[in-house]
Amino acid sequence: MTHVENLPGWAALLTALLVFAGASLTLIGAVGTLRFRTFFERVHAPTLGTSWGTGAIVLASMLMFSVLGSRLVLHEILIGIFVTITTPVTLMLLARAALYRESSEGGETEVPADRRTD
Amino acid sequence: MRKVLPYPVLTASLIVVWMLLNAFTLGHLLLGTVVAVGASRVMTALEPSKPRLRRWQLIPWLCAVVLLDIARSNIAVVAVILQGNRRARRAGFVSIPLDLRDRTGLAVLACIVTSTPGTAWVEYDSATGMLVIHVLDLVEEQEWVELIKNRYEATLQEIFE
Amino acid sequence: MTATTILVWSVTVSQLMLVAAMACYLYRLIRGPRAQDRVLSLDAIYACAMLLVLTFGIRTGSALYFEVALVIALLGFISSVALAKFLMRGEVIE
Repeated sequence: MTHVENLPGWAALLTALLVFAGASLTLIGAVGTLRFRTFFERVHAPTLGTSWGTGAIVLASMLMFSVLGSRLVLHEILIGIFVTITTPVTLMLLARAALYRESSEGGETEVPADRRTD
Repeated sequence: MRKVLPYPVLTASLIVVWMLLNAFTLGHLLLGTVVAVGASRVMTALEPSKPRLRRWQLIPWLCAVVLLDIARSNIAVVAVILQGNRRARRAGFVSIPLDLRDRTGLAVLACIVTSTPGTAWVEYDSATGMLVIHVLDLVEEQEWVELIKNRYEATLQEIFE
Repeated sequence: MTATTILVWSVTVSQLMLVAAMACYLYRLIRGPRAQDRVLSLDAIYACAMLLVLTFGIRTGSALYFEVALVIALLGFISSVALAKFLMRGEVIE
């Protein structure tokens, strides 16, 4: 890691903080999937990693490359935008699939009957 | 103008993405313009419904509010996970009657609701306008209905309808 | 302890944490209990892998890792959507 020697102190500290915050959020989300008991609770856990978890690491990367290259590096923001737009699509499809699978099996379901629209 | 550039916003954003991925030079501006104009004309074959932006000035404000709300609910969900099962917590479904009918507005609302940890979009019935969301830490149902309706739906209606 | 050492340590610890997160999701992927749990974990593993690649970019200072991360994000989205659609309908392309 020779390139970090060229970073000014404030940038190195801020990058370190952002990377650490993003990784902790992702790890806590992962622990959440182990702790929650039903599927619909588990759906919430990975969004920790895909919202500000990704956001913080993307910001850290942008900050470090901008300071190192002494010009504004913005292309990492594309990852942030892409992840924010695509995660809801996946999760919505999954939630609908889970609802469909549970109601078509007719067994015990997590969704109360009066909440079902069909 | 409408024939050459059917989707001006799409074309402009494609050029920006092209230059972000490559470099901000005149050559890439020209190349990106060629690609973007071609790609946005391909979109006409798909005939997507064209969203009308009535008040685009509100978009930056909405983005700021959503980013802040996501940060707040991140902290709330972290607290829920770290507390584990020590505190009694009830997760459940909430039905919300929506007045928003614009398809783009609904898509944006779905993105907001799902990317916020703690709430997930489950089902939407376009005939009745009934939305079902799942809430991780459900204290008061009415609170969530009012939050979605006042905070996001009203702004989205102003922007898109 | 200089700021540089803090950054090096922070990146190392973060990478270990991301690997631990992937291990949690891997456990969920193997244990299930339902197919939707497995698809959810696979999607989250893709997201963690993308973040891990980004931290490698910070560690080495090479801009190439950005493109790798973008490709992983794209592939993760497409595969999760295809799998979710498969769960719903039993086929991917109708």
